[in-house]
Amino acid sequence: MNAVAIIQNIGTQVIDINTGFGNSVIFLVRSIISMFKRPFRFYLFLTQMLQIGVNSTIVIALIGIFTGAVLAVQGEYTLSRFGATGFIGSAVALSLIRELGPVLTALMVIGRAGSAITAELGIMKITEQVDALKSMAVDPIKYLMVPRILAGTICMPLLTGLFILIGIFGGYLVSITLLGISSGVFLTQMFAAVSMTDIYSGFIKATAFGFIFGWVSCYKGHTCGFGARGVNKATTQSVVTSSVAILVVDYFLTSILTRFFLN
Amino acid sequence: MKVISIQNVSKSFGTQHVLKNVSLDISQGETVAIVGPSGVGKSVLLKIIMGVMQPDSGKVEVCGENITIANSEAEKNEIRENLGMLFQSAALLDSLTLYENIAFPLIEKGKFSKNQIHKKVVEIADSLSLISNLQKLPQEVSLGMRKRAGMARALITKPKVFLLDEPNTGLDPLVGQEVYELINLSKNLGDFAGIVVSHELPEVFQVVDRVAMLLNGGFIAIGTPEEFATTGEPAVKQFIEGKIDGPIRIQ
Repeated sequence: MNAVAIIQNIGTQVIDINTGFGNSVIFLVRSIISMFKRPFRFYLFLTQMLQIGVNSTIVIALIGIFTGAVLAVQGEYTLSRFGATGFIGSAVALSLIRELGPVLTALMVIGRAGSAITAELGIMKITEQVDALKSMAVDPIKYLMVPRILAGTICMPLLTGLFILIGIFGGYLVSITLLGISSGVFLTQMFAAVSMTDIYSGFIKATAFGFIFGWVSCYKGHTCGFGARGVNKATTQSVVTSSVAILVVDYFLTSILTRFFLN
Repeated sequence: MKVISIQNVSKSFGTQHVLKNVSLDISQGETVAIVGPSGVGKSVLLKIIMGVMQPDSGKVEVCGENITIANSEAEKNEIRENLGMLFQSAALLDSLTLYENIAFPLIEKGKFSKNQIHKKVVEIADSLSLISNLQKLPQEVSLGMRKRAGMARALITKPKVFLLDEPNTGLDPLVGQEVYELINLSKNLGDFAGIVVSHELPEVFQVVDRVAMLLNGGFIAIGTPEEFATTGEPAVKQFIEGKIDGPIRIQ
């Protein structure tokens, strides 16, 4: 491959990425405008709350309890070097509330529900169900995308709350039964260390992650290519893009929240 | 009265010119078959009429409204209120039962009470022999039954234009014939202008008033089924007789 072809290839890739991002922003703007237009289909929103939220609770609870337990074991190992095992409660709670809760919940929901949303919308597109909606004068963005984006944005902080609570419970159980930490010390240190701003920051992140998850999953389904290969590609891209976007946004949000609210 | 007016419509995909200055008028109560080999742009033309795809040039008027210059989806939706469409695969929403699928356009219009919707659904389902399957999901019934439900969904709003995209694809000859009878039956359910996209000749002749054959980006022949059946146009003859040798090249 000569130099011109390489530059041409890079240029094409850059244009494709920019076009894709631009289209996804246009899609998002259309979705946001549609949210405020009648008719409001509340039952579709509730259905998506069930799919994304309620159906994810068991997996979130499982991941939460073991994450909390692992944090307690790792925390005890590190803190014992400094004779500070009494701080396990605060270490477990702060880690879960400020970082691990929102991020791990988002990654789990992306894996479970994000891929399902993209695959479902993609299959609807290739089987002409989306065109059928248009032919019946129904806006597919309003009917299919808006309930999913809204449900994702609302479910994510709720699931994060569940993850954090169960995670702290897991850490608490391991600390008092296996590590010999007293219940009083664990809880006192935890309540002393955690402030409301920690909790706000965790939930602000979770809400942002839910919004990104809904946006990317729906956009990838909406722009899915033809055939099984198209759905396969869209689903993979949806999971990868959402996960990467969430970790990137997590860094920026953490920097902003820490700088302006937590210091 | 012209219900559909296709005027000098052109559409290209990259270097491939699918439609080149295509024009066709269809009157109220008239049904026209658009026929031609696979890949000549029949479904593309249907999508342009629906406003799902934008032509490169030309315009399509549906009931006097130009759908190709409608700026927003809301404007297009207003024009689409006049359309009913049966898709190749029926395209029923697979999370809804047949009953819910048929009722869907009426529910979305928001102008009818539950009782009115129920009455209309039962009425049209009865006329298309769907009653016993109404509570089933699309994936639980045969393709023929799904097409009936798709037809019921398209016709329940009494559209002025009924578009049928290859209504017999994937059906055995018996069910295929049944679909043609349903199309004839559906003419009694509404006074619409119909477009049937098909590549099944001469079967489609029994349900249409005119036939237009699309080839190489344009209509090479337009006429009544009788004129079509007796035409001397080599490409039409080749297509009707299903011969490999002739002006139409298999791509």
